[in-house]
Amino acid sequence: MSENTDVWEVFIQSKNGLAHKHVGNVHATDKEMALQNARDLYTRRNEGSCIWVVKSEYIVSSESEDGEAFFDPSNDKIYRHPTFYKMPEGSKNI
Amino acid sequence: MKEQQFQEKIDLEKKIEPKDWMPVDYRKHLIRQISQHAHSEIIGMQPEGNWISRAPSLRAKMILLAKVQDEAGHGLYLYSACETLGISREELVEQLQDGKAKYSSIFNYPTLSWADMGAVGWLVDGAAIVNQVSLQRTSYGPYSRGMVKICKEESFHQRQGYEIMADMANGTPQQKEMAQDALNRFWWPSIMMFGPQDSDSPRTGNAMKWKIKRQFNDELRQKFIDQTVGQAEVIGLTIPDPDLKWNEEKGHYDFGEMDWDEFWSVVNGNGPCNIQRLEHHKKAHSDGKWVREAAKDYSKKQKSTETN
Amino acid sequence: MNLLNYTLRIADSSLISAQRLSEWCSKGPTLEEDIALSNISLDLFGQANGFLEYASEIDGSKSADDFAFKRNEREFYNLKITEQENGHFGDTIARLFFCSAFNFLFYTELSKSKDETLSALAAKSLKEVKYHLKHSKSWMIRLGDGTEESKLKIQESLNSIWQFTGEFFEMDKIDIEISDSGIGVNNTSLKEEWNKIVNDTLDQAKLTRPEDMYMQTGSKKGLHTECLGHLLSEMQYLPRAYPDAKW
Repeated sequence: MSENTDVWEVFIQSKNGLAHKHVGNVHATDKEMALQNARDLYTRRNEGSCIWVVKSEYIVSSESEDGEAFFDPSNDKIYRHPTFYKMPEGSKNI
Repeated sequence: MKEQQFQEKIDLEKKIEPKDWMPVDYRKHLIRQISQHAHSEIIGMQPEGNWISRAPSLRAKMILLAKVQDEAGHGLYLYSACETLGISREELVEQLQDGKAKYSSIFNYPTLSWADMGAVGWLVDGAAIVNQVSLQRTSYGPYSRGMVKICKEESFHQRQGYEIMADMANGTPQQKEMAQDALNRFWWPSIMMFGPQDSDSPRTGNAMKWKIKRQFNDELRQKFIDQTVGQAEVIGLTIPDPDLKWNEEKGHYDFGEMDWDEFWSVVNGNGPCNIQRLEHHKKAHSDGKWVREAAKDYSKKQKSTETN
Repeated sequence: MNLLNYTLRIADSSLISAQRLSEWCSKGPTLEEDIALSNISLDLFGQANGFLEYASEIDGSKSADDFAFKRNEREFYNLKITEQENGHFGDTIARLFFCSAFNFLFYTELSKSKDETLSALAAKSLKEVKYHLKHSKSWMIRLGDGTEESKLKIQESLNSIWQFTGEFFEMDKIDIEISDSGIGVNNTSLKEEWNKIVNDTLDQAKLTRPEDMYMQTGSKKGLHTECLGHLLSEMQYLPRAYPDAKW
């Protein structure tokens, strides 16, 4: 398939101050085109204040088979959550 | 073992994601269904695109253009979902142009008057939305997310169609006649959009078990008919089915026999616009080849100057 | 009366450009570009609608739709360049680029108009045409610096549309009067900047600026090329065939 065009992942910041969120992808041969295509495809209804595009090939994903090894070990580390701690009766603003 | 875990996940209403293990047939079924859906959006641009240049007011023109543009967007969302299954958009387009992949037969009917823009929005989009709402719960994550986005954006499509129909039905006698004629031509093809009766649907197979499809064809069709009959009455148009009758016992409308010979004939390539729609698509694609090549060469040149 | 005419000139150029671009729908070289051209067309229809609404207000009897759908060829004042057929993608891009470069400069000035409606409409349009310029400019460069074939094609597109670029900078009696009163724009003064944008883009695109030649004129008097009549007969078909109908 010699005709294949690069695929770019698109991340949109919907409002100033919020994090960019993945919305999908576009095809484009250069970064300028990727940005413009993303703008036309994903912000037709006022959805954006900033766009990131990243070539899909540069996205590294964890493997779903590794899911247990990656994420289960944090299950029992409940001391990382504030609710783990007992606060003396009557204490405030902590 | 893997298959069992996969099925357990589905049964628990968990989504399958691109990197998860999935049965070969699940992947195949998805590619066929999602690409067919994507192609339908893209080919579906043509019958409505046919009236953009002739829309009768500035407002109507902007609405119609925005709507057809949305269809291109929805096609892209779906191609994008399909690509996560390991097939490129270029391959998908090739399958469409070779006739290996299908698209919804409804788009093989011509749009002959402005009222058809009403009928297409009201009935064709209406039927599509019933189907898409159900597919928001499909088991494949990217497809489901695509459907959620599409449903959100499509909510105006059916309304704009119904508005056109209502305006025409309440307009001059000529306009009303056009509206009724459009309803007459689009009614049966629209209710056939839900596919064959489940008793003779060849491809359902594991689709329900795998929760790719969430509701049966006949169920969705009934839902569409039940909600549309009243809408036709409100604007004073008559649905062209003498057998259409409220069935108190079932709580649904009974309706007449669909012409399945016509359905299969159009599916198999013998509809009024089958050849025309594909030719149009191929021509645009081949007319654009030099542009796509130029963009590619330009980017190669940029890369080589960047690295030098 | 002159303000009405002046407003119609702006409105008509937007309207006819929009109508032409909308013909691309479902025919774009990529789906993404199909969407992009529709977006630009929608911007331009929106601009046309705004200026026609204002024309309707000035006129007091005709509606925006009456102006769009019920005038004849000789009553349209769009620039001739806007009515030219789409041709291939390069032809469309060349036309869009020249027009967008002009619109960008024109609306920048018009946004300072003493007429509040015109200045507000211009300010809104300016944001849109900035993007049109950016988009068409990047395609000029890709096509000019792409393949041998694309370079040849876009150069030919430039050469053949060049004859219509002179009209941008014309000033007739109405223009002078409206411009002198602080409402309108002195088109002639935009030429230098326009040349800069064009020359700079052509440089980047490795294209050659066409030789100056006979420049088309006439649209300010409602004199057009043969393209306009066909465009209008299609666009106006329904309201004219069913004059009593409401849509």
